[in-house]
Amino acid sequence: MNLKEFIVDSVNQSVLQVFSTMLGVELAPGTATFEDAKPDIDCEVFSLIGLAGSWAGAGSVNCSAALACRVCANMLMTEATAVNEEVLDAVAELTNMIVGNVKTELESKLGPLGLSIPTVVYGRNFRTKTAGTGDWISVRFNWDGDYLTVKLCLAPKDQGARHHVHLFDEPGVAAG
Amino acid sequence: MESHILVVDDSAAIRKILQRVLRQTGMIVGEIYEAGDGQEALEAIKTKSVSLVLSDINMPKMDGLQLLAALKNSPAWRTIPVVMITTEGGETKVAEAVRLGAAGYVRKPFTAEQIKEKLAGILEPAVQL
Repeated sequence: MNLKEFIVDSVNQSVLQVFSTMLGVELAPGTATFEDAKPDIDCEVFSLIGLAGSWAGAGSVNCSAALACRVCANMLMTEATAVNEEVLDAVAELTNMIVGNVKTELESKLGPLGLSIPTVVYGRNFRTKTAGTGDWISVRFNWDGDYLTVKLCLAPKDQGARHHVHLFDEPGVAAG
Repeated sequence: MESHILVVDDSAAIRKILQRVLRQTGMIVGEIYEAGDGQEALEAIKTKSVSLVLSDINMPKMDGLQLLAALKNSPAWRTIPVVMITTEGGETKVAEAVRLGAAGYVRKPFTAEQIKEKLAGILEPAVQL
């Protein structure tokens, strides 16, 4: 199993476990794709967490506003009909757990890695871009017809990725 | 005797989940206090009677390992058990928490049963068998 396959396997295991344990939802394994560092433009809620060590990069979780509300409702056993601080916090914690568990698996191959505090952006007219040479490993999960995408970008430290979020016409909400 | 618990996590979502889980453990739980980082936790401990700390590791300002070290270096607070609840599953962080005197370690994501098992022997059961 090469590193990309190992990461995809780790992301699948992590997402399925986090959803099952914290949300009470059984998901099917996601569909993996490998992308260059092109901008992300197809999400409303975007959560990012940094990884650092002998390898560096970032992990992200993105989804629609509706799916973010479902995450919050299932995780906190509460009602969530619109994106608010509680929803953004739930998505941030979801990201922390998903990428944190992937990080733990990766440490067996890449050595100790640090995890940053997650940052969540909510809005419509923004795109994100990662500076650096690393390619993105993207795994997309279907939850009753809506999609949650987990992405990971890692490269040896001297080629490490730096992620930027560019806001356009409409102001968004950021929490982190 | 009731146990007063301090939950330390920068995620309000996790603090809310732990509040719910702690009420379901079947242990005698009194007040459940919350703090968003290690500094807030130390401020809370100064003014409240705390019998157990549940703490995340990765937090802004003062992380969970720094909080653990501060508590274990304090003659007044060193006997308060501290259980780490965190995504950090790496051997380095676990070993550091154990070395500093953590009473236990639970990895996120967690189930209510895992929290209950970890707290058995630390908290008093609500019903004596």
